Amino acid sequence: MSDRATERNFVEEVGSRVIGGVCYLGGMAILLGRAISVAPTTLSRSSGRKALIGQMDRVGVRSVGVVCLVQIFIGVILALQLAPPLEPWGQVKMIANIIGIAGFRMLGPILTAVVISGFAGASIAAEIGTMVVSEEIEALRAHALNPVRFLVVPRLLATFVMMLLLTIIANWMIALGGYFTALLVLDPEVTETYWSLMRDQLRMRDFASGLIMAGVFGVLISLIACYEGLKVRGGAEGVGKATTMTVVYSIVSIILAAGVFTTIFYVFEF
Amino acid sequence: MSETETIETQPVIRVVDLVKRFGGRAVLDGINLDVHSGETIVIMGGSGCGKSTLLRSMVGSLFPDEGRVELLGRNLNELEDRGLNALRLRFGILFQSGALFNSMTVGENVALPLREHTNLDEQTIDIMVKIKLEQVGLREAVDLMPAEISGGMKKRAGLARAISLDPEILFYDEPSAGLDPVTSAEIDQLIMDMSGKLGVTSVVVTHEMDSAFRIADRIAMLDQGKMIKVASRSEFEALRDGEITGDEQSDLIRQFLRGDSEGPITDRRLSTGYEADILEAAERE
Repeated sequence: MSDRATERNFVEEVGSRVIGGVCYLGGMAILLGRAISVAPTTLSRSSGRKALIGQMDRVGVRSVGVVCLVQIFIGVILALQLAPPLEPWGQVKMIANIIGIAGFRMLGPILTAVVISGFAGASIAAEIGTMVVSEEIEALRAHALNPVRFLVVPRLLATFVMMLLLTIIANWMIALGGYFTALLVLDPEVTETYWSLMRDQLRMRDFASGLIMAGVFGVLISLIACYEGLKVRGGAEGVGKATTMTVVYSIVSIILAAGVFTTIFYVFEF
Repeated sequence: MSETETIETQPVIRVVDLVKRFGGRAVLDGINLDVHSGETIVIMGGSGCGKSTLLRSMVGSLFPDEGRVELLGRNLNELEDRGLNALRLRFGILFQSGALFNSMTVGENVALPLREHTNLDEQTIDIMVKIKLEQVGLREAVDLMPAEISGGMKKRAGLARAISLDPEILFYDEPSAGLDPVTSAEIDQLIMDMSGKLGVTSVVVTHEMDSAFRIADRIAMLDQGKMIKVASRSEFEALRDGEITGDEQSDLIRQFLRGDSEGPITDRRLSTGYEADILEAAERE
């Protein structure tokens, strides 16, 4: 193949990927817009509220154990890795400050979101994808029932709310993990000052910035999962692909969004 | 229903010069079809001939590239979502798989359209669900989940859901597919009951010959995206039995109806230029 042809193929490939990416984002934006426009109808009906509670149980309640386990260990890891470099300076007790900031501002929301994207995002994509394959989505439309109102809104709201609640729990689990490590492994002085140092360090904005990100992550995960599920084509293979892509896109978008938000918070000193 | 009655009544579905393309290929190529009130019309044709695409175009799931579909006097091309949804309450669809909502019981499936589109109280809805399930002989399955019932029962339950709002038209997508002969005959009987007892207009897409000849008032035959014949069941029976012969189209329909392994349909599938293809490959090497 000539260099010119290779060059054109490369340009075509890049172009088609950019167009594909823009279409994907546009599709998600339209889905979000539709979900927001029909959300009041979902919430005004008892069937919608029942579906929302069911989804909150599925997304949040069932994953609370995994989130707690992961986050306690994050606290343990942070404490054990931070203690040695701080020791020569006699500042081991400062792990409380660092765990507080790292946990509440970033690790709490991010790692909870990663767990939820694997736990709930994948299962939402698989569920909706299977409904597409088994003609259930078409049946909803045939009965003049809006799939966005019936399926997307409860999952979107449930993931948003449960991400907030799980992140609050996750933050304290990281703090507890650090505390238990101090209690069992580190100097008694660290344990004595742990909670007071963390309290002095943390400001309202640290809680708030973490929760803002948690909410955004919740919307991203559920939106990607629903979008991937709804665009499934080609049977079981399509469902499998949608599940994988949901986890991949969710994690990538969580990290990118975290980067963007951290930059914004840094610039505005929030 | 007699043929004269069919002709006299106003069509409830009109398909006019319908063209639908996928990836540049015309899956439906200039289809014209009128369906009259109260009749049962069967749309037949081989795999990939476009019959499911025609059904989906008739119910507003697919929009035509050219031409139009008029359903109950409304042009589907001109309807917004709200108008289409209002029209959807006046017809029902039985999907090939039954398409029951797997997270709900059979009873909840049938109750869903009633809960969402009527102001009936729960007690009345319960009674309505029992009536609809009784009509399809499935009252005992009201509390079962879709995963717990057989393929035939799923189709019955799907039919009960499709008739929950007393539709004027029922569309059936391959109602006998994947069913044993007895269950298939039972479903056919249900289709005839819906038409006979409830006066529903029925559009049935199938390639099951026995089923088609049992239920049809008229039959429409599709081939390669074109409507090659729309006629009464008796005319198709005459074609099948060899009473009408001569032209190639009649031979093609006869081969399809009889399921013969040789004839115009198989002849056009025979590969041509085989020798040239082989020689060309040999020369390249």
